[in-house]
Amino acid sequence: MTAQIIPTRTAAETALAEAFGAAKATLPGCAEVAKLREDAFGAFFEAGLPHRRVEAWHYTDLRALMRDALPVAPTPTAAAIETLRAELGKSAAVGPRLVLLDGVFVPEVSDSLPAGVTVRSLAAVLTEGRPDLVALLAAQNHQIVDPIVSLNAALMQDGVVLEVAPGTSVAEPIQLVYATASSVPLARFFRSLVVVGAGASVMIAETCHGEGGRTGQTFGCLVFSVGDEARVGHTAEVTDTVAGSVRLDSFIAEIGAKAKFDSFALITGGGLVRRQIFLRFAGEEAEGTLSGVSLLRGREHADTTLFVEHAAPGCIGRETFRYILDEEATGVFQGKIRVAPVAQKTDGRMLSKALLLADTVAMNNKPELEIFADDVACGHGATCGGLNPDQLFYIQARGLPQADAEALLLEAFAAELVDEIGHDGLIDGFRADVAAWLGSRAKA
Amino acid sequence: MLEVKNLNVSIGGRKILNDFTLTVQDGEVAAIMGPNGTGKSTLSYVIAGRKDYTVESGEVLLNGVELLGLEPDVRAAKGLFLAFQYPLEIPGVATMTFLKAALNAQRKQRGEDEISTPDFMKRVKEAGDRLGIKPDMLKRALNVGFSGGEKKRMDILQMALLEPSFGILDETDSGLDIDALKVVAEGVNSLRTPKRGFLVITHYQRLLDYIVPDTVHVMAQGRIVRTGGKELALELEQSGYRDYMAEEAA
Ligand SMILES: Nc1ncnc2c1ncn2[C@@H]1O[C@H](COP(=O)(O)OP(=O)(O)OP(=O)(O)O)[C@@H](O)[C@H]1O
Ligand SMILES: [Mg+2]
Repeated sequence: MTAQIIPTRTAAETALAEAFGAAKATLPGCAEVAKLREDAFGAFFEAGLPHRRVEAWHYTDLRALMRDALPVAPTPTAAAIETLRAELGKSAAVGPRLVLLDGVFVPEVSDSLPAGVTVRSLAAVLTEGRPDLVALLAAQNHQIVDPIVSLNAALMQDGVVLEVAPGTSVAEPIQLVYATASSVPLARFFRSLVVVGAGASVMIAETCHGEGGRTGQTFGCLVFSVGDEARVGHTAEVTDTVAGSVRLDSFIAEIGAKAKFDSFALITGGGLVRRQIFLRFAGEEAEGTLSGVSLLRGREHADTTLFVEHAAPGCIGRETFRYILDEEATGVFQGKIRVAPVAQKTDGRMLSKALLLADTVAMNNKPELEIFADDVACGHGATCGGLNPDQLFYIQARGLPQADAEALLLEAFAAELVDEIGHDGLIDGFRADVAAWLGSRAKA
Repeated sequence: MLEVKNLNVSIGGRKILNDFTLTVQDGEVAAIMGPNGTGKSTLSYVIAGRKDYTVESGEVLLNGVELLGLEPDVRAAKGLFLAFQYPLEIPGVATMTFLKAALNAQRKQRGEDEISTPDFMKRVKEAGDRLGIKPDMLKRALNVGFSGGEKKRMDILQMALLEPSFGILDETDSGLDIDALKVVAEGVNSLRTPKRGFLVITHYQRLLDYIVPDTVHVMAQGRIVRTGGKELALELEQSGYRDYMAEEAA
């Protein structure tokens, strides 16, 4: 064999190639989609799993961290769906729920949606091949050069395609609930699309369900297309991963003129988590807020990497991320903001703050501004440190023991961003997640 | 009763309190006046239990209990309250939440039950009304974005709620406008009882027109250099501290 021109493949890469080869005949989609899958897999395979010499993945060396590729999760069984139905009946919802079991949309256990909002499974949309939707689902591959986005595009099994008609105002958050049927480690590939029509307003909450936690390998992708003057809120609860798991979320949003888009994510899970966010200001005078809190301990690793592109004038971008790191945890924050020559009057501010609770944690910060317009106001900052001793003393002097004073400050550090979400039910849920994390810290 | 005996304190090898001795009886209001940098705030922090300082020797007794060596929260539960010269901003913690947490933490340390929510609300409202603190301020994060005067009022509100047996007010008057000064002074006066003592640190005689002290002490270079009645404050207003500084240098 003349193997010298082929770069060395890792076991995981080889297994992924085999998985794609075996699955492609049955993966959903019309002929055009099949072609897109082939191209996407080709792009992935050429690049391979990203490693530390790939700038955007420098601090999360996936090639080293993901040793093997797990078998792809099978379609959920009727029994698994019945179990899930019973469990869902017992848990509270903040709004209508769209349930994905191992990445597969399960309409039977999902709620009906308000007028003006429609949902279909990704598989159905890919099979039917409606050109505008396929374009939104696929076009990203050409603008975003990222092997994991490509891998997801090649192997996407299912997901939801949600359309909010122009002018529709949806009162309660629509929940995308992720559930897991099996605690045996498996791989899941899902992709969802949310198309918000001009002037519509909606909130989408990604939540997790289930005790077992999301084991194995999860490759999720959520694409937002936000119309002019629409108002969109988004939250993601990434709290169900476990030690040894790999979760790679790609979040892609393109927002129209004068639209308002706010997204928040909480990460508290175990294992390796990376959220990569691609936000593009496509129309003028839009406002976008990205924020997140990562609470990490043990040997957990959480990476939030942003690519924010100002492609239109007069937009306001706010990116605010906070980390609390304990024990031997690793936090990564990378934020690349690109301001195109046309994007005059861009107002951008990016800030990351980390509280380091042990000497053995690591926080990697990498802000990057690429500004090609001359009349802009852009800034970034990153801080790392411990709790403020003056604040601690003040609180203790009022009667709270040191551990409680610390917990109060830690909770406040996270709550400051949680409280901005703009929906009481969701705020309560995230505050409970934060309190649970702090509670288990106090016990340890 | 607060007794400070032969207290020697340094920070970073620099001596700040120099054999400092002072007794404040039950029900007494003692004022301390003295030039900038003389160690007044240091004294109040050391009594409250801040750890940055090296206490070389001395005793601090509150109602006969030695405070040195106790955690700040334990001192608070034993009845000590310090109104800070610069109250801290605590982002992300609603003022109400904080007040309740502080009150219940102290009650817990003393082996008392938690306060009921209606009871708590009533007490906060009463104290707030008396100090001119608007209800919407109580919903905001503690001291965040409060004006200098608002922060001082909030500290006094905390004192009113926590009902300490001894209060130290470190320049509570600085940053207060004339009306606020009266409101705060009335707030403090309403807390005066035959048991509760106060140590009032100030640069201005005017505060002492409203909170009339039983004793006035002049502090210079880490110790009390003169003690008198309320007329001493008036005298200082005229003559300043030059005599005391010269005396020390000599
Ligand atoms: N953390 C510190 N490190 C070094 N020096 C300190 C520290 N804290 C206080 N000092 C010094 O100790 C001295 C006493 O300070 P302190 O704040 O107690 O004075 P004060 O009498 O309260 O003054 P003021 O009237 O201005 O409030 C000052 O010279 C100050 O610079
Ligand atoms: Mg002072």
